[in-house]
Amino acid sequence: MAEAEAWITGIGIVSCLGEGPDAHWNALNASRPQADTNTLAPYIIHPLAPVDFDKQIPKKGDQRQMEPWQRTGAYAAGLALDSAGVKGNTAILSNMDMIVAAGGGERDLAVDANIMTGMPTAADPGAWLNERLMSDLRPTLFLAQLSNLLAGNISIVHGVTGSSRTFMGEESAGIDAMRIALSRIAAGQSSIALVGGAFNADRPDHLLIKEFGGYNLKDTFAPVWDRGPKGGLALGSFGAFLVLEERSHADSRGAKRIAKLSAVLSDRSNRKPGQVSATLEQLWQKLAGRLKAGSHAVITGASGAEPATGEERAFYAKHPDVPVRASGTFIGHADEPQFAMNLALAALAIGRGTLFPPCDESGVERPMQGSLAQAVVASVGHAWGEGLALVEAGP
Amino acid sequence: MPSTKDKQKRPVVVVTGMGVVTSLGAGKTENWEKLTAGLSGVKTISRFPTDNLKTKMAGTVDFLDVEPYSTAALSERLADLASEEAVGESGIGKRGDFPGPLFLAVPPIEIEWPHRLEVAAASRGNASVGYADLLREAATGKFAAMHDRFQLGSVANTIADKFGTKGSPISLSTACASGATAIQLGVEAIRRGETDTALCIGTDGSVNPESLIRFSLLSALSMWSGEPGAAAKPFSKNRDGFVMAEGAGALVLESMESALARGATILGVVEGCGEMADAFHRTRSSPDGKPIIGCIRNALNDAGLTPDDIDYINPHGTGTPENDKMECLGVTTVFGERASKIPISSNKSMVGHTLSAAGAIEAVFTLLTLRNERIPPTINYKVPDPAIQLDVVPNTARDAKNLRHAISSSFGFGGQNVSLVMGLEPA
Repeated sequence: MAEAEAWITGIGIVSCLGEGPDAHWNALNASRPQADTNTLAPYIIHPLAPVDFDKQIPKKGDQRQMEPWQRTGAYAAGLALDSAGVKGNTAILSNMDMIVAAGGGERDLAVDANIMTGMPTAADPGAWLNERLMSDLRPTLFLAQLSNLLAGNISIVHGVTGSSRTFMGEESAGIDAMRIALSRIAAGQSSIALVGGAFNADRPDHLLIKEFGGYNLKDTFAPVWDRGPKGGLALGSFGAFLVLEERSHADSRGAKRIAKLSAVLSDRSNRKPGQVSATLEQLWQKLAGRLKAGSHAVITGASGAEPATGEERAFYAKHPDVPVRASGTFIGHADEPQFAMNLALAALAIGRGTLFPPCDESGVERPMQGSLAQAVVASVGHAWGEGLALVEAGP
Repeated sequence: MPSTKDKQKRPVVVVTGMGVVTSLGAGKTENWEKLTAGLSGVKTISRFPTDNLKTKMAGTVDFLDVEPYSTAALSERLADLASEEAVGESGIGKRGDFPGPLFLAVPPIEIEWPHRLEVAAASRGNASVGYADLLREAATGKFAAMHDRFQLGSVANTIADKFGTKGSPISLSTACASGATAIQLGVEAIRRGETDTALCIGTDGSVNPESLIRFSLLSALSMWSGEPGAAAKPFSKNRDGFVMAEGAGALVLESMESALARGATILGVVEGCGEMADAFHRTRSSPDGKPIIGCIRNALNDAGLTPDDIDYINPHGTGTPENDKMECLGVTTVFGERASKIPISSNKSMVGHTLSAAGAIEAVFTLLTLRNERIPPTINYKVPDPAIQLDVVPNTARDAKNLRHAISSSFGFGGQNVSLVMGLEPA
């Protein structure tokens, strides 16, 4: 049985570059990264641009029930539904499948600090911990922490109720969310899906996890390819959702098909030296037969973390004729939503038939001659998980 | 030769291996004996002090040696144990070389208090300690293992490595429906023809102070002060909340064609999956019951069955006033006059609510119910609720011949609902 085609018919993105396709496209073309070296110094983050959440989350009560990562996600999801022209269309939304790639929740930093400070002198530490948590935790904080509650909030705010699934697992969650959504559409198990995620970088508790592993970029900002032997990732706040739609479903309602999502491949190498490059090469070979010479490029979510980004650089060195762009230089790294974000940027580039200019002096990113018809989106997780996707223009 | 395609010409998905661990014990044999004897695994919490807590009991799994305890570490051990039993029973693949993907329902992994306090203690230099101090201490590299341990994908990675599942393992959460979603993802992958088999697991070892307190602050937990085993009272008039619990359920799903070809024993069939999200509220279900009703109907439609074909219902049955009322409305609406005649028994009355694991554990128990022709009871049913006119199989297990098809439902916080239809033979 022939596989159904899946098209991107809606894009919802918000990041430090602003919101929507034009803001992102203009900033990428201006080669002007936005990084904040002050707020959480010595750590460098890419904070969310100012957003009027009322525009996509009209009820203040709903906004209050969410922490920033959920608000960012619910906002981006609303943008995607608007972009696809299905906002408020109950008939479609009640059959729309949703896969959200989500991390964990955000802590109440003051409550945590108070407990850490008081614990050593508490007469009965266990009882005191219970007492503090019982009286200091806000009941609604739990709902803002639960991974699956971004999806829950999207159902409540936007009425997406066909199905609701949340994948966890850092970068891989974002890749596999797209892979499963695409597979379901290709096999006729789904006709329209909302897929994406969100992340809030402006959080010391998120930095902490990365800092355990020594992954954070500190002190001086540089493009992701140019962060020295130790490397480093700069967390970025952003939300990214796509509406994926089966071709005839899109055509029957007169939707604009922005770009075709032709393939999503994922794997998990064992991260021994050379394995990331080898895994990328294996995945690449599965796409190679479909790539047209001179009209394709790579848009990657390379984080800047080593050794992952070094291995990715080595892989591109073996494909010197393929232009590469790392969006992380501009918007930072966000584990779960970065794959959706890069698919969105790829779709924008395909829609415009051109790639944005390099933003790197280390030699990895080179100018592209000619027009762009295909983009391979790459993801190499900071600690595990590799993925590639193919986004194409098409009739 | 039975057809290996269902009514919609999709591959029939069968179960060839099952494993389970709960507060009642490890393995199907021990669990089934205790489940049909009407025993409870709920007990007073001994893992941590319970002073100042309103709820002091849970269905913890205390017989596994997991030190130091964390949700991640215990969830991993539980998943490992259940998978050993399931993969061993199925006989598929080779040891450490499972020929299909992994779908793992797991609680969200996060740094917990013992670990946060360990780093805080190491960072001590100031009278007060905040995240800046933790960050400074983390930068020493002494706690590098905490990065890997507290990644949300860490449990799935370990299980994937041990069992040699193929491709990128998927960790997922649909709250209390997670275990059923893991099975649904496996069913879909086999129906797409991507794989002949999938390892689907639900696991949860999250009874720690903060997790308990979070549910407590949402007023979701039973505050029963009597004998702990009597706390979970699904469908009773005096039900007062659910009881947190731990465990894991694992199922080896396989295309019927593959199972027959290798001569595997077919333990049951996953005939249909249905889901429908609720847009009403973060913790309460829509008052009209439509998402629950739609979810159950979607599962029946997917299986190609009608309500009349269902002989047993394994409900979500948490024992919260809200859930049981809404679930009764859903069941009554879908099954009409037959609703009061179909046995519906809540495993959670005995094992507690195993959260991310519940859908998978209850799928295992549902198939055991069909295979053994014996229905585990809803225990602690002392005060009937006149508003719930259902046959809850009160307090004592019951023999039941010719159970053809059963439905198991899971409804999660955040409005994520999943129902699974199972049988012994293809529908």
